Amino acid sequence: MVNAFKDGWLTFRSIFIGMGVTIRHLFSPSVTELYPEEKIELPKGARARLFVNIDDCIGCNLCARACPVNCIDIETVPATSDVDLGKTSTGNPKRFWLTKFNIDMAKCMYCDLCVHPCPTECIYMVPEYEYSEYDRSNLVYQFSDLTSDLVEEVKEKAEKEAEEKQRQKEEMQRKKEEEKRKKEMEEKSSVKPEENKKDEDSENESSDTNKGDE
Amino acid sequence: MEIFGNIDPAISVLAHTLLPLTIILVYALAAIWGERKIAGFIQDRLGPHRVGGWHGWAQSIADLLKLLQKEDIVPADASRFLFKFAPFMMFAASYAAFAVLPFSSAYIGSMINIGVFYLLAVTSVLTLSVIMGAWASNNKWSLLGGMRSAAQMVSYEVPTIATVLTVIVVSGSLNLMTVTELQSGNDVFGFLPNWFIFQNPFLIVAFIIFFISILAEAHRVPFDLPESESELVAGYQTEYSGMRWAMFMLAEYADMLMLSLLGATLFFGGWNSPFGEFMAGPIWGFFWFMGKGLLLVLVMMWIRWTLPRYRVDQLMAICWSVLIPASFINLILVALWEVIF
Repeated sequence: MVNAFKDGWLTFRSIFIGMGVTIRHLFSPSVTELYPEEKIELPKGARARLFVNIDDCIGCNLCARACPVNCIDIETVPATSDVDLGKTSTGNPKRFWLTKFNIDMAKCMYCDLCVHPCPTECIYMVPEYEYSEYDRSNLVYQFSDLTSDLVEEVKEKAEKEAEEKQRQKEEMQRKKEEEKRKKEMEEKSSVKPEENKKDEDSENESSDTNKGDE
Repeated sequence: MEIFGNIDPAISVLAHTLLPLTIILVYALAAIWGERKIAGFIQDRLGPHRVGGWHGWAQSIADLLKLLQKEDIVPADASRFLFKFAPFMMFAASYAAFAVLPFSSAYIGSMINIGVFYLLAVTSVLTLSVIMGAWASNNKWSLLGGMRSAAQMVSYEVPTIATVLTVIVVSGSLNLMTVTELQSGNDVFGFLPNWFIFQNPFLIVAFIIFFISILAEAHRVPFDLPESESELVAGYQTEYSGMRWAMFMLAEYADMLMLSLLGATLFFGGWNSPFGEFMAGPIWGFFWFMGKGLLLVLVMMWIRWTLPRYRVDQLMAICWSVLIPASFINLILVALWEVIF
């Protein structure tokens, strides 16, 4: 009987304690954020969307190589000698036209690995997270600011220059070889054959290793 | 009755009949919204917040419109007539009980001498309609819920009736209007109103038992086993959809209000003002009556978001081994008190 009353008292006590807790919460302010109207500030270093400051990009391709999911697609064209693309804000000279710099945010997994290799710190995360799209292709962000006409012009120029260079190179090589042959001829006629052989072998070896490195 | 003095009797009867209905409908919309808001606030949320502008006040109306558009599904193997009839019978039963509640000194649906008896008798039909809907659904979860509900309501009717009886012992009348009139005035300790809960220490115990019992009668947490949405899908409401389900819901809320108003009438002086003659009169009477009833409804909601649900055996143990003996002992003690003082 006494125990029953004790239990009863304990029951009521615990119920009233619980009701006290709930009524305190009834009047305490709610923790809900009314999302579309109110937005909480993202923490520092939040990874939400990639952004490329294309003016600072030198087209080094390091970010694309670092990307584990291959969501960065870069196409560069070397600048011809008649144009100067200037320097980035960090002082690095720009040597490439960036004809394509696409980031597929649908593929991106927000790992931040592309951000750190960048020598000019031009690719980074911005705290912008409301960019859902109805079409997945809209999530491919194109950062290149060149017009298609300019891209073609630049490409043509670069090809021409490359051909020119190639030709010059070949010519140079031909000249070198001729000179070499002349020298050999001269040496053969002047120096003894035995000593000459040894020297030639060592020279050939070194040149072979050099080629392998290249 | 006086407020409809010199009108055509047919219109008077119609007005008498429809007045509680309008109250119930407005109350049900407000209470469902209120319950969700209270649930939200207690859990540090905001609750419905979109529909209608200010704190989502139109949420219940939107829900009602949604329910109206839903398909009225009757399961293939269900007993069609009983299935369709059960929700309306349930609402009719809880609505019929409003006939004997004195809403103010000027308005009571039916001034009958056996008011409390009629009320308790007519609310027993609720059990019948719950089990009718459950059985007609031809679904084991429905039937399980229905059986639980029948057991629960039949059991908890005993302590409810016993505690109501304690009040009747004090008042000596079954007419709720007379019961209310007996509680007017401010004579307890010179300032407290003459409400029954202040008149007799054993009536406080009676009120606690009564309140626990009506929680179970109205299927409220911690005794909401008939529905127990996390275990029995939705109990006897499982197969219902659209407006028939809404009728069940309406009946539940009406039942809740009716039992709270009964508690307010029996223990808290019904339409009597707590300040004696101040703020008294038919209109203020209605205000006080509804205010007291809604306060009890609020406490029910408060409890709902505080306590977990009992197991079905615990529920029965509480009723049969605690509440029923306590209520009968209390009845004897109240009777003795009345004889001695």
